[in-house]
Amino acid sequence: MIKFFLMVNKQGQTRLSKYYEHVEINKRTLLETEVIKSCLSRSNEQCSFIEYKDFKLIYRQYAALFIVVGVNDTENEMAIYEFIHNFVEVLDDYFSRVSELDVSFFSAVNQVFHSTWQRTGWS
Amino acid sequence: MSDIVEKTLTALPGLFLQNQSASGPAAAKASFSSRLGGLVRGITALTSKHEEEKLIQQELSNLKATVSAPTTTLKMMKECMVRLIYCEMLGYDASFGYIHAIKLAQQGNLLEKRVGYLAVSLFLHESHELLLLLVNTVVKDLQSTNLVEVCMALTIVSQIFPREMIPAVLPLIEDKLQHSKEIIRRKAVLALYKFYLIAPNQVQHIHIKFRKALCDRDVGVMAASLHIYLRMIKENSSAYKDLTGSFVTILKQVVGGKLPIDFNYHSVPAPWLQIQLLRILGLLGKDDQRTSELMYDVLDESLRRAELNHNVTYGLKALTYVIQQDPTLALQHQMTIIECLDHPDPIIKRETLELLYRITNAQNITVIVQKMLEYLHQSKEEYIIVNLVGKIAELAEKYAPDNAWFIQTMNAVFSVGGDVMHPDIPNNFLRLLAEGFDDETENQQLRLYAVQSYFTLLDVENVFYPQRFLQVMSWVLGEYSYLLDKETPEEVITKLYKLLRSDSISSETKAWIIAAVTKLTPQAHSSNVVERLIQEFTTSLDTCLRQHAFELKHLHENVKFMKGLLPVDKSCEDMVVDASLSFLDGFVAEELSQGAAPYKPHHQRQEEKLSQEKVLSFEPYGLSFSSSGFSGRQSPAGISLGSDISGNSTETGLKETNSLKLEGIKKLWGKEGYLPKKESKTGDETEALPVPQENIIMENVDQIITKNDQSQALTQSKEEKEKQLLASSLFVGLGSESTINLLGKADTLSHKFRRKSKVKETKSGQTTTAQNMTCSSFSSSSNVTYEEDYYLDHLQDRGDKEVKKFSLNSELLDSESLTELPLVEKISNCRLSAPSLFADNNMEVFHPPQSTAASVASEISLAASLLEETTEHMHSDLTEVCNNETISVSSYKIWKDECLLMVWSVFNKSASELKSANLEIAPAENFKITEQPGCCLPVIEAESTKNFQYSVQMEKPFTEGNLSGFINYQVMDTHSVQLEFSVNLSLLDFIRPLKISTEDFGKLWLSFANDVKQNVKMSESQAALPSTLKALQQELRLHVVDIIGNEGLLACQLLPSIPCLLHFRVHGDMLALWFRSSCSTLPDYLLYQCQKVMEGS
Repeated sequence: MIKFFLMVNKQGQTRLSKYYEHVEINKRTLLETEVIKSCLSRSNEQCSFIEYKDFKLIYRQYAALFIVVGVNDTENEMAIYEFIHNFVEVLDDYFSRVSELDVSFFSAVNQVFHSTWQRTGWS
Repeated sequence: MSDIVEKTLTALPGLFLQNQSASGPAAAKASFSSRLGGLVRGITALTSKHEEEKLIQQELSNLKATVSAPTTTLKMMKECMVRLIYCEMLGYDASFGYIHAIKLAQQGNLLEKRVGYLAVSLFLHESHELLLLLVNTVVKDLQSTNLVEVCMALTIVSQIFPREMIPAVLPLIEDKLQHSKEIIRRKAVLALYKFYLIAPNQVQHIHIKFRKALCDRDVGVMAASLHIYLRMIKENSSAYKDLTGSFVTILKQVVGGKLPIDFNYHSVPAPWLQIQLLRILGLLGKDDQRTSELMYDVLDESLRRAELNHNVTYGLKALTYVIQQDPTLALQHQMTIIECLDHPDPIIKRETLELLYRITNAQNITVIVQKMLEYLHQSKEEYIIVNLVGKIAELAEKYAPDNAWFIQTMNAVFSVGGDVMHPDIPNNFLRLLAEGFDDETENQQLRLYAVQSYFTLLDVENVFYPQRFLQVMSWVLGEYSYLLDKETPEEVITKLYKLLRSDSISSETKAWIIAAVTKLTPQAHSSNVVERLIQEFTTSLDTCLRQHAFELKHLHENVKFMKGLLPVDKSCEDMVVDASLSFLDGFVAEELSQGAAPYKPHHQRQEEKLSQEKVLSFEPYGLSFSSSGFSGRQSPAGISLGSDISGNSTETGLKETNSLKLEGIKKLWGKEGYLPKKESKTGDETEALPVPQENIIMENVDQIITKNDQSQALTQSKEEKEKQLLASSLFVGLGSESTINLLGKADTLSHKFRRKSKVKETKSGQTTTAQNMTCSSFSSSSNVTYEEDYYLDHLQDRGDKEVKKFSLNSELLDSESLTELPLVEKISNCRLSAPSLFADNNMEVFHPPQSTAASVASEISLAASLLEETTEHMHSDLTEVCNNETISVSSYKIWKDECLLMVWSVFNKSASELKSANLEIAPAENFKITEQPGCCLPVIEAESTKNFQYSVQMEKPFTEGNLSGFINYQVMDTHSVQLEFSVNLSLLDFIRPLKISTEDFGKLWLSFANDVKQNVKMSESQAALPSTLKALQQELRLHVVDIIGNEGLLACQLLPSIPCLLHFRVHGDMLALWFRSSCSTLPDYLLYQCQKVMEGS
């Protein structure tokens, strides 16, 4: 099960967030800060999966933008890893060469995300 | 670029581009001139969090003004909504806009509606109250002719929907499953999946439709249905075995590249779909050879086609899973694993350790644990520490090569894991030490090593150990430092005292240390330190510490006694506690005779309070304590024994133990001051009984004899006999519920599994209690049954004389009770062992096992045909529970003596035979269901009836519960049909009369700790004793034991064998009910039923 989906830049600014479980607003900010911190602290040689508290983070970096997905223990890391890339490919096509600012145009991104999501057989 | 991208893009409704020139998706960039673009850019340019906050607060106040202004158009509102979402995403509260988001979804055109829905899905959560306002909009949109609107409605439903409103949209969504557009069908399936997640019961009836979706010609719809199946199969894989073939076929098609090319991702066919299918197959094939065989081919195919990925962690993970099947596989990858172990990435390291954990054995344990400890020392994260510490402890316990290593490893675990680790770890460790293995010398060595190791650890200056570690140390030192050769107990005490005075330890730990000192004190010769300690802590502000200190102080005054009380190395023996606090009876009686109010249990007080609030009471002292009122409240036991007790008799019933927590509390005090304690021992330990203890017993017995008056002369002559009796009765119920035994009822066993043979099965105390009544006639002034120790000698010859002895005993009881009832009533059955810190582990609170396994049920022979049984036993009427055009299922209850037998009779109404009829009862929380033979019938012939029987036991008392199940069958070899039903079971279905004599009633009454009293107003028709009795007898299935004047004694038992006794008294139109049982909750439930009967008719 996917718990949340985040797009955060290196400065720690959230570009897109979507939670699949209700989290209080003030706790979201805290969580996002911690998540991006743990992603930033990792080098390229390290693997893209982090065990964080009782769930797992799967992240990919595209330029200065991190896409982080939080999942619970039963989820397959590699599937999510590839899913992130799939999503970015869709965005890239949609915006014809996607950039970080495009992502902020989240109403569209959200729709793209949701469609990709359902298309690839997640929900 | 993958094909799946193209597919997604075509599927995307180009809605949000509607208001722009039709120049394609790229035009989206143009919208950055919008105000949102401005906001985003503004924020991106900022450098500090503070500036961001200022900007957003300003933005929010602007938005607040705009959204509430009446002039704001929907188009502007959409613009505002987008900005609001952005603000909230950054962590600023925008709740003022929620209602406007819903309005926008209601009123807007397509684009505005879409933004409205999006905002709702992001803002609100499942239980948000505003969500209810959305339901109408969703219903309207679902009925819309515009596909896009239907899509949006389905999307929002699959994201967020209030559970209680599901029925409002369910039929609409079900219709959509037949829609001609696949996107609608797919979204409808996903919406139903959502419903399944939040309210599985509501979509139960559409399971067949899910099967249709699984076979949908569109891959998307099929894929969506897999979510539901994965979920359902996870919950109950056996119900979907028949679908294995379908899943295998689908996977075959996917792997074989039969799907449209759009589903390829980097030339892998639908990878996510494959994963989903493999998960489902995994669940279906688990522990099922036959089903698994169906999958082998396709799994092999999938494996062959899958390109192996090279992410190290992933490989390790895979290896971890594989190794669970076959550890030797790891050998091939040894070098990789070693490399991973030194990998700079801690995540990979951890995965590696996880893998090592799986392959640990007795040979490699030291190395692996060392690696784990190294990692542990570097790690800072609590979650990791907790996890790893648990693993190390587990491994160490399992494979420890020698004592020294084990203790050292556990020391490391305790120092690092400290106070975050799972509390089971220290508990298990201490239990291991205490209970030991089979080899006694080995045990002693282990203990000695632990003691030595802690002794040295405490010597180190300026080191702070976690509290838990200190607690472990103090327990071990207190318990086992007698094993030390050189160091005297004084030294240990001094050390502990030093620790006690340190500031860094919590008061909980201090309590542990004082307990350790208490244990050591009898072994020490000089006691300066102890005295200092007592002096210091009897004035402690901490009540608990002060209590401990006082206990120590008083014990310390009588060293000889203390030695007997705190024997060395006896932490494993059980103790039995008198939960009924009967030793207080004398005190209570005295108080009562001086006019004190009798104790009322909490619930009674509350009810009285409630009833007083409701109606004006015209009887100001309805529950007066005048002498006449009092005599009516005498112990029913006394009455039943035919004795004329005066007002100052003891009031044994005035105890409420439900609210008292006895576990872990040391009972040191009795009426006379200190309660001497002894441990209830099993036979083979008797020989090892320390001499001093016997002395004490002698002394005490002497004391008692001198204290008591002439009545003892009579008993004393019988003393020897009684001792034998007690001994035999002590052991007659070894591990069984002896109350029932006494009464010649079914013998049910309750086992208590322990890891070590040394700890014997707990003796059940009921027998003793009954027997104690006789003994207490000469030990009434004391609260302990010293006699036991004597009796132990006579264990051997108890043999089969038990029965005879018992009857003799009851004669004794009978004769004595007439003259010495007040004494008899001072039952004393408080047998305590030395205070142990692990009281929870080996303390038996004085209740019979609440639910002895329904062994009886399985023994029922059902050779007799059902009809015979039906006539033999009481049974309920046949009621139909479910039906359809082919079958009708009816059920009835047969109240057999030893269980409740539920019979479902299935009548085949149709003219054809039904195949593979199968009736299953869902496991219910409070019921234990035993299937009777012949429950799965291959064929039900046309127009015939078949019966399915289940015997049901109640696991713990409660008022009523539901038993649900289903029947499925196949018609004409084609489709299978499933019908669901449920039956209501009440507590009364499990109540049976308990046929006992008045004497037995008296004995049992005194032995039960749980009681409930209540006054019930009777309806006019019942206001006489006979009719009351009749009602109770018939409605509640109580056995009338005796009737004395206007009082009645009734008894019943909850199957399999929990007895409950009722004493009632009629005065006026009030009925004073008084229940007692060995089970703490049963009286309450019975009382409720009683009230129903009384008020109902």
